[in-house]
Amino acid sequence: MSSHSNLLAAGTAQPRQWPRRLKGLALPVAIILLLEAVVRLGWIAAYQMPAPSEVAQTLLQLADGALWKHIGASLSRVLAGFAIGALLGLLFAAWVGLSREAEAWLEPTFASLRAIPSLAWVPLLLLWLGIGETSKITLIAIGAFFPVYLNGVAAIRNIDRKLVEVARMYGFGPLRLARRVLLPAAIPGVFTGLRSALSLSWMFLVAAELIAATRGLGYLLSDGRETSRPDLVLAAIIVLALLGKLSDGLLAGLEKRWLAWRDTFDGTDTKA
Amino acid sequence: MNQPLRIHQTAPGKAPLLDLQVEHKAFGDTPVLGKIDLQLHPGEIVSLLGPSGCGKSTLLRLVAQLDQRFVGHLQQRPEQVGFVFQEPRLMPWLNVADNIGFSEDKGYDRARVAALIEEVGLAGFADALPKALSGGMAQRVAIARGLYGQPQLLLLDEPFSAVDAFTRFKLQDLLLELARRHGIALLVVTHDVDEALYLSDRVLVISNRPGTVCRELQVGLGYPRERRDDRLARLRNEALEALHRARVI
Repeated sequence: MSSHSNLLAAGTAQPRQWPRRLKGLALPVAIILLLEAVVRLGWIAAYQMPAPSEVAQTLLQLADGALWKHIGASLSRVLAGFAIGALLGLLFAAWVGLSREAEAWLEPTFASLRAIPSLAWVPLLLLWLGIGETSKITLIAIGAFFPVYLNGVAAIRNIDRKLVEVARMYGFGPLRLARRVLLPAAIPGVFTGLRSALSLSWMFLVAAELIAATRGLGYLLSDGRETSRPDLVLAAIIVLALLGKLSDGLLAGLEKRWLAWRDTFDGTDTKA
Repeated sequence: MNQPLRIHQTAPGKAPLLDLQVEHKAFGDTPVLGKIDLQLHPGEIVSLLGPSGCGKSTLLRLVAQLDQRFVGHLQQRPEQVGFVFQEPRLMPWLNVADNIGFSEDKGYDRARVAALIEEVGLAGFADALPKALSGGMAQRVAIARGLYGQPQLLLLDEPFSAVDAFTRFKLQDLLLELARRHGIALLVVTHDVDEALYLSDRVLVISNRPGTVCRELQVGLGYPRERRDDRLARLRNEALEALHRARVI
């Protein structure tokens, strides 16, 4: 019996264990190698799809000069827009989530504003605020506001009534209840909102910069299109991907640190 | 023993710790509790025994003032009352020590919390998060949290119904030990006949909706008790008969 179970254990543990990071890299590396080969063999015209090595060279050239200016411009827009939108989202989420009165006054308005596709604001923002920084940052803030607001309200309203009852047992007033129970319990939902708000911020940044900008990664994209340089477009896409991943990773790291108390499924227990 | 209903103990000259008179309690149109007169004296252990849905938990919530909508009077209630719920209900983001001192925010009395951790047998777990605890350990934390405010009365709502039988025995003994050491009265809601008899000085058998006390059993045994005591077995039959007569089993 015991030798049998030993055999089983050995059998499941053995199949060549690739480190997790290598597993994740396998597919992108394969695609890059395939593209390189296909372009070099001339199966795809280089003016349509530059070889990955050529894109890398473009990136290196950019890194020597203008790239940092563009990154700086985009990053500051995203940070400003995200900060303003997320902060307002948190404030209104706490207000509406904690007060039925506030919900009755505010929620219908927010629900209808949310129904407007955020990009529909662009023409209005350009008319009102011009093509400067303000209109771009406002657009990003609008995009960041709703995910934070929605997830925040939902997080507060999903809190286990039983925990609230513990606080009532001790006679906590509304402020103390919010501070000791409601806000800590809502943090997981708030983080979900913040992370989707951040990815929307990058999306709206590109939208704003494609329309009217003289600097920024979105400008680099439209410049690449106008000058028929797909390598430039791809380089900008890669930088956007890296920045998006990096900023999300920062939030994910914070989430992991602050929410270590969560007793959640992390996928490691499944045998499949 | 077979005298007619004697709902509250008459202890002349001693003011009761708790005195609750319920005329009627309903949820909407559904009556939950009928006429009930409940008194508890300092240090006394009383169980409310009855089937699920008979209103015994509701009665406990009236005592805890978690529910104040009823017809009747809460004449007397000790200043400090602790509550242990059916589930541990720990704040998952707070460690064991912070959960025990929950009622006093950050400035809780660390020495008292440390002593309570020791008393409930969780030495070394002060910094553990609730997710790392077993069901029985979590309920020990909940009991310590209930005791933190130094209550004269601890209310327990089916506190051990979610743990296995062996853990339940251990937790019952722990509870009796703590009640004796701190000199506090217990009001325990349970649907477990043996638990009610093992723990209590008095067992109030609650009939089905609307809940009223249909039988009061004086256990009249000292502590510590022997679970296999014949007298407990005899009382058990009486309790079962009362439940049968009230058509709840």
